[in-house]
Amino acid sequence: MTMPDVATRASAAMPSEDPSERPQRPLIRIGGVSKIYHNGTVALRDVDLAVAHGEFVSLLGPSGCGKSTLLRLIAGLGAVSDGTIDWPLSRYDVRGEPIRDLGFVFQDPTLMPWATVADNVYLPLKLAGIGRRAAAARIAEALAMVKLERFAGAYPRELSGGMKMRVSIARALVVKPRVLLMDEPFAALDEITRFRLNNDLLRLWQEQRWTVVFVTHSVFESVYLSNRIIVMSTRPGRIVGEVAIDAPYPRGDAFRTSRTYNEFCRLTSAELARAMAGTEEE
Amino acid sequence: MAEPQRGAAPRAMKLSTRVGVPVTVGIVFVVAWELLVRYLAVPRFVLPAPSMIATALIDDFLPLAGSLWVTLKVTLSAFAVALVLGVLIAILFAQSRLFEMSLFPYAVVLQVTPIVSIAPLVLIWVGLDHLERALLILATIVAFFPILSNTTLGLKSVDHNLQNLFDLYGATRWQRLKELQFPSALPYLLGGMRISGGLALIGAVVAEFVAGSGTGTGLAWRIVEAGNRLNIPRMFAALLLLSFLGILIFFTLSALEYLLLRRWHESAVGREN
Repeated sequence: MTMPDVATRASAAMPSEDPSERPQRPLIRIGGVSKIYHNGTVALRDVDLAVAHGEFVSLLGPSGCGKSTLLRLIAGLGAVSDGTIDWPLSRYDVRGEPIRDLGFVFQDPTLMPWATVADNVYLPLKLAGIGRRAAAARIAEALAMVKLERFAGAYPRELSGGMKMRVSIARALVVKPRVLLMDEPFAALDEITRFRLNNDLLRLWQEQRWTVVFVTHSVFESVYLSNRIIVMSTRPGRIVGEVAIDAPYPRGDAFRTSRTYNEFCRLTSAELARAMAGTEEE
Repeated sequence: MAEPQRGAAPRAMKLSTRVGVPVTVGIVFVVAWELLVRYLAVPRFVLPAPSMIATALIDDFLPLAGSLWVTLKVTLSAFAVALVLGVLIAILFAQSRLFEMSLFPYAVVLQVTPIVSIAPLVLIWVGLDHLERALLILATIVAFFPILSNTTLGLKSVDHNLQNLFDLYGATRWQRLKELQFPSALPYLLGGMRISGGLALIGAVVAEFVAGSGTGTGLAWRIVEAGNRLNIPRMFAALLLLSFLGILIFFTLSALEYLLLRRWHESAVGREN
């Protein structure tokens, strides 16, 4: 993992939640990060990105652009080959690891098939050593957020794809994260379900004031959800552009059919096309 | 989400068919056997009629039941030892690649060497003083491998994303084993147990055959003994009891597998479409 330099740690020692400081001190600061795998593949080269507290940022790009890799590095799953990932607003533990307070939602629901919905949601708390009884209220709360209260006792195989995804989201929420990292969570779902879950996610994001980093390959989804879209390209994976989506929340079906939305989609697609222009076809 | 509809009518039909057809075949076979033996007047030391076997079973029930108990004891203890050893070693394998690399080949050697060929050696080393212990060791060697290899495979067949999830939430080694690896391996382990249960019985019988008389009181020894006396109905009666034991072990383990997996594993849930 990234070891923060001494200065960062010193400043992290006096955490400030003052919102006026947000522009100066992002929640996550990614500086010159590269990731090179053992076989020599360059998954990411020289990525710089700052994510502010409360932001909804999408990482958009074709497969192989390293967007999932970047998300995993942010989560601390795997080490960077070069560069740093700092959490200027977070405290650091004794090993020099930032206390990230994050929830991670994978592309697949990634549920334990042998455990009920409630037990799946309980997992992060269980691993943190919190007893089942002490956790009960938080499990119920997380299930209520994704409207699955009635399915606490069901097994994953009894649920539809969309419901499994909601269980996965509830499991990310049960730790009361400040940051939600989502890796193409709705890619495998049908459009109607995806729209509904998009709306649920935006509603929760507004209620809970999380910071969300959302990986997707869908221009439409990224425009609908984000404050800001980071456009990435392949070989090597890198950031090639950025589109700010200056449209007010709450966004709903009216936004999805508006001219503004269309305009942003066009803009983002153009940015993506420009990003891809230099790279050869697969 | 509706409660899964277990198609009631097709299932009921299937059950009656599944039980009825083989039972009918069995009855027809036994009746034909009885009639043919009587009609052709086959001598009883070549092929006894089913009725004679039944008589032998009833007449010799007490000694045969005693032998059944002896064989059952060896089989069950061997199975239990194989289960504990197999699972423990598989857990060690899953914890350390080096450990697996260094020991797995020898587990294979033990598995592929015919048990009949090891038996005399084990009987000399252990069997002179403790025959039952020698039988137990031999049956365990036979029963051990499927549990070890299946459990090792199962412990490694953990969903990659779930591994990441456990990393993310800082799971300890023990938590990972208990909450993730063991449940993932359970279907494999149960499959291994079902094979292993049958092998434990085979191991027990083979070991008894090789051990010969000694304190031989198991079912296998009854078969040898009855064979020497050309008491073929009694051989069949002992054989019948051995089959019965094998079937019992198989069904018990299948039922256990069903009970433990029925809520979540694809192998055990009724299909609705």
